[in-house]
Amino acid sequence: MPVAGLGSRSLAWLIDAFIKSLALTALAVVLELLGEVGGGLLLISMFALFWLYNVLFEVLYHGATPGKRVLGLRVLNANGTPVGWRGSMIRNLIRFVDAFPGTYAVGCVAVLLNENFQRLGDSAAGTVVVYDVRQESRSAIEGAEPVELRTVLSLDEQQAIVSFGVRANRLNSQRAEELASLLEPVIANVDSSRLAGHASWLMSGRSSS
Amino acid sequence: MNQGAFESQNASTWRAYDDWIRVLSGKRTGPDAQGVSLKELATEFPAAYRKICHHLALARARRYSLELENRLNQMALEGHQHLYRSRPQLFGSILRFFSVSFPAAFRREWRCLLISALAFYGPGLAMGLAVQIQPELAFSVVDAQSIAQIETMYDPANSALGRERQSDTDVYMFGFYIYNNISIGFQTFAGGLVFGLGTLFYLCFNGLYIGTVASHLTSIEYSHTFWSFVSGHSAFELTGIVIFGGAGLMMGYAAIAPGSRSRWHAIRDRAVEGLPLVVGGTLMLVAAAFVEAFWSSTTWPSASIKYAVGGVLWLSVGLYFWLFGRHES
Repeated sequence: MPVAGLGSRSLAWLIDAFIKSLALTALAVVLELLGEVGGGLLLISMFALFWLYNVLFEVLYHGATPGKRVLGLRVLNANGTPVGWRGSMIRNLIRFVDAFPGTYAVGCVAVLLNENFQRLGDSAAGTVVVYDVRQESRSAIEGAEPVELRTVLSLDEQQAIVSFGVRANRLNSQRAEELASLLEPVIANVDSSRLAGHASWLMSGRSSS
Repeated sequence: MNQGAFESQNASTWRAYDDWIRVLSGKRTGPDAQGVSLKELATEFPAAYRKICHHLALARARRYSLELENRLNQMALEGHQHLYRSRPQLFGSILRFFSVSFPAAFRREWRCLLISALAFYGPGLAMGLAVQIQPELAFSVVDAQSIAQIETMYDPANSALGRERQSDTDVYMFGFYIYNNISIGFQTFAGGLVFGLGTLFYLCFNGLYIGTVASHLTSIEYSHTFWSFVSGHSAFELTGIVIFGGAGLMMGYAAIAPGSRSRWHAIRDRAVEGLPLVVGGTLMLVAAAFVEAFWSSTTWPSASIKYAVGGVLWLSVGLYFWLFGRHES
């Protein structure tokens, strides 16, 4: 699974911070009515939002706080299993060190230096933040009529053509033509629809022709 | 075998597997999911998982389309997550935590806790002695304004004793102690990651501060109001701070001397071993906040009753960590 970088994680953090401040403001307005008791409850809520918000969401809500959910991120153990209480507690307690000195400077440097983009809390807990990808779109290749390819190509080259066929209808037409034209030296008179046909032939039609 | 044939040959296997995943995820909405029995699931799912992994490896080796590879990867990942996930255990064994894990961890990690206690009480006692000899030293640790504020709180001449409050205020102070003290506890633990330095800083700083205030109030004859106030919650609060410090130092020591493991691996292992102390320390600080807000602040009991309660609580905390969970650890 692709690990998530600084940008999307910062955005997720911003969304969470926004949600937390909204919740706190709403609580403050309501608890204001209760006087000193309300003040005490507000402080307890602040404590809970600071320290428990992430842990509870990560453990009970598919490894994602609402901010991470919006950006399609998810916290996993480094071995790919869902994060549990231990991992989540450690990574969110160490958050205090990553947030130092109030701007997440330590955490940002740690993320940039780590091959899996783990901040210190992630490294200590053995967790990673990944994109929760689910490819639903069906291949564009199926629409293309198989076109026999008479050039001998290596497996890597064949796979590149198949990948092109899969992605072709998600590209705009100029870009598709531009990519296809790169193959002009190898395949004569190539264009994007013909290349998609080759891709279709490579994937399914080869044995029949 | 080309990709098309591979897909059509295995389509039924993959569909059955997807149904199992749906059942495991609690989404029994698939068209065929109703027919899946749990027994069938338990006996056949692992084999199906291995088959998917095999198909994934084949798809990679044969350079089938990325899309198919991704799909199989996704299927393998979901199966992996269901087979190998660790079941949440924290809430399932609260009783065991109190009767065994927490006190056992306390005894097992006595070295780190001892260093933590020394780093906390050492500077506190030293500063307390220093202030007795040279009272002005108090102002080098705590600024004059804070000292004046603390003095008004414990002034025996104050008819309401400064601490007799409306019960509303008790709840407010409870919230404040929870928020303030436990946050400091968590920071003391987290700071241990930086080779233990952050933990030592918090321990020394808080030790110095508490020692200074206690010594200053004693030397200006406010000792009765001060000591009777703190005696109730001190057992939970001071021990709680030392416990957080010990858990932080466990991580710190792993960072300095990881032994035969990689540094992060050692830190991870020690952090996990220290978690019972963090959870237990948190609960002790919650108890301290409760006692401090609702008992320590009351004025109706005489000072001797408060000292007696404080003594009993210290004794209980000591006996708890000494005796509990012995036979099982």
